[in-house]
Amino acid sequence: MKVVVFCKSVPDTETRVRLKDNRLDKSEIKYILNPYDEYAVEEAVRMKEGGKAEEVIAISMGPERAKEALRSALAIGADRGILIKDDALDGSDTYVTAKVLVKALEKDGLEYGMLLFGQQAIDGDTWHVPGQVAEMLGLPQTGSIIKLEVDPDGGKAVANRMVEGGEEVHEMALPCVVTCRKGLNEPRYPSLPNIMKAKKKPIQEYSVSDLGFSAEDVGKAGALTEVLSYALPPQKEAGKKVEGEPEEVAQALLQYLKEEIKVI
Amino acid sequence: MRFEFTEEQKMVRDMVRRFADDVLKPKAAEMDKECKIYPEIIKQLGELGLLGVYIPEEYGGAGMDVICYATAVEEISRGCASTGILVSAHTSLVVDPIYHYGTEEQKRKYLVPLAKGEKVAAHAMTEPGAGTDVVSISTTAKREGDYYILNGTKHFITNGAEAGIYLIFAMTDKEKRHKGMSAFIVERDTPGFSIGKLEHKLGIRATSTAELILENCKVPADNLLGEEGRGFYIAMDCYDGGRIGVAAQAVGIAQAAYEEAVEFAKTRIQFGQPIAKFQAIQFKLADMATMIEAARLLYLKAAWLKQEGKPYYQLSAMAKLFASEVAMDVTREAIQIHGGYGYTEDYSVERHYRDAKITEIYEGTSEAQRLTIARNLLKG
Ligand SMILES: Cc1cc2nc3c(=O)[nH]c(=O)nc-3n(C[C@H](O)[C@H](O)[C@H](O)COP(=O)(O)OP(=O)(O)OC[C@H]3O[C@@H](n4cnc5c(N)ncnc54)[C@H](O)[C@@H]3O)c2cc1C
Repeated sequence: MKVVVFCKSVPDTETRVRLKDNRLDKSEIKYILNPYDEYAVEEAVRMKEGGKAEEVIAISMGPERAKEALRSALAIGADRGILIKDDALDGSDTYVTAKVLVKALEKDGLEYGMLLFGQQAIDGDTWHVPGQVAEMLGLPQTGSIIKLEVDPDGGKAVANRMVEGGEEVHEMALPCVVTCRKGLNEPRYPSLPNIMKAKKKPIQEYSVSDLGFSAEDVGKAGALTEVLSYALPPQKEAGKKVEGEPEEVAQALLQYLKEEIKVI
Repeated sequence: MRFEFTEEQKMVRDMVRRFADDVLKPKAAEMDKECKIYPEIIKQLGELGLLGVYIPEEYGGAGMDVICYATAVEEISRGCASTGILVSAHTSLVVDPIYHYGTEEQKRKYLVPLAKGEKVAAHAMTEPGAGTDVVSISTTAKREGDYYILNGTKHFITNGAEAGIYLIFAMTDKEKRHKGMSAFIVERDTPGFSIGKLEHKLGIRATSTAELILENCKVPADNLLGEEGRGFYIAMDCYDGGRIGVAAQAVGIAQAAYEEAVEFAKTRIQFGQPIAKFQAIQFKLADMATMIEAARLLYLKAAWLKQEGKPYYQLSAMAKLFASEVAMDVTREAIQIHGGYGYTEDYSVERHYRDAKITEIYEGTSEAQRLTIARNLLKG
């Protein structure tokens, strides 16, 4: 069985977000493999090490730097990469992204048994793409899993996901789509020898036209949604401190709860 | 000129930085208190390929370059300075000379397990009576048939307690002075070899600093590294490379202290505002950042020269001299920015300050570095 892991290059969590002309200022951003995708890659590699998968393919749509995210996946242990890269893709929304990824899988002709995603990308934070891909391919899916048992011979996978107060257990026929989160596994640090090996693993590149799309199908032109503006979250205000005798403090708190935030 | 890491160098830096943040940093204070580097950490260093970074794959290394190595030492030291010197002493002072001077057999037998991290190595030159003046060592090695018989006492030996393999320097011919020194690869369980007392130290407390006792220690003649009489030259080579490691260690210590100082300055409120708003504090931070960057560029240049096969001893001496003094200045100022808190064990800057001092001493004191640098620039 072949397993595909979807990888996105995202700004490092420690990046300070700045806006310029109503767009993200990307000039000083350091990019990394989306941390949630790491859980997906790790899980796929463990499937391979456990004899449940024969090949792990990492796929990404993004600019040149997305190659670094793919390289990270290859260093964890994925076998090869697929990158869909084209200037025309700039401004694509999640619908276009899903459409392009699905087409790239088809173009590659690989017969996958499972598609693994991170549950969300820490930049856009839409959680859209996995569901859209599953929908377009007509595959069963479940999200935010913390445990996965795959039975390739029996043609099924059992996944546990956290829900309020407990766990839900889903059984799905293969091929299927799952999204991964913290708790599923502990992603390994890519060792130096594996970083060296990753350099030699192939990354197949496709352009928009390779996939049979025209410029109108993708980017802003093909998108169903449009980002109207970006805004930084409001500055956190300093907490209020009430001082005085216990009676005074209680009075002041009560008044605050009643009149200012109106919860009682 | 391109001041940029390659993709591979970046990946190494990022991975080691994460490893240091997740694994080393949380343990550094404990290991300092308990005076040991936990065996599971050494095991992990080996598994990650950090004990043979620039040794070719065929000898068990990761096959990367000296820049990756030096960067890794900085990042490791940023998390734990003791672990940083474990890696540096192992790599620069033993793995490197076996790679360069070892016979094919010695490489198969000793380099491979060292580069893979299955064993740790220690380098033993210093003796109670011979520090900076290495030629005055009194340990002797006498040839007897297929063996050399070693006698003497080494002290201050990094990794002495953990090592499986030791590179020991001894005089095969005292008369010939530096031309009479030879280097031997000695296994830990060699008859006549034993480990003496461990030092209690100001800083880098987690690394072992051991005394080694050689009493008619019977070393197979095959374990002579290079030729008889080449020991001094091998040692000088070791220190040229080792200084890159110590410089990187010093920068890692300084970087850790600096980051903590920035964080503290932003959150400590006095006179109604974060102390980072005071120009006196800002100027300290600016100086710290500038010195760290300069020190980093120096060791990276030395590493690059070594990688390119160009002469680098002058640059590595400068890098080590400068970086160690930067580490002292930066850690001192980091405590100053923390005020009284910095003087307590509740913050790690006091540890960084204690750890920094050794970088001015081992692998050639600052005085010795200045001598080397001056001698070099005046010769002609
Ligand atoms: C924690 C630790 C780890 C160590 N690890 C190792 C190791 O792994 N392997 C190993 O072999 N050694 C190791 N050493 C030894 C270290 O390299 C020596 O301590 C160092 O070289 C200085 O030697 P010394 O201590 O005998 O001081 P000395 O040489 O006695 O120096 C005393 C002072 O005199 C100055 N001085 C000496 N000669 C001159 C001169 N010609 N001109 C001007 N000033 C001079 C020195 O700079 C210093 O200030 C370690 C030491 C320590 C403390």
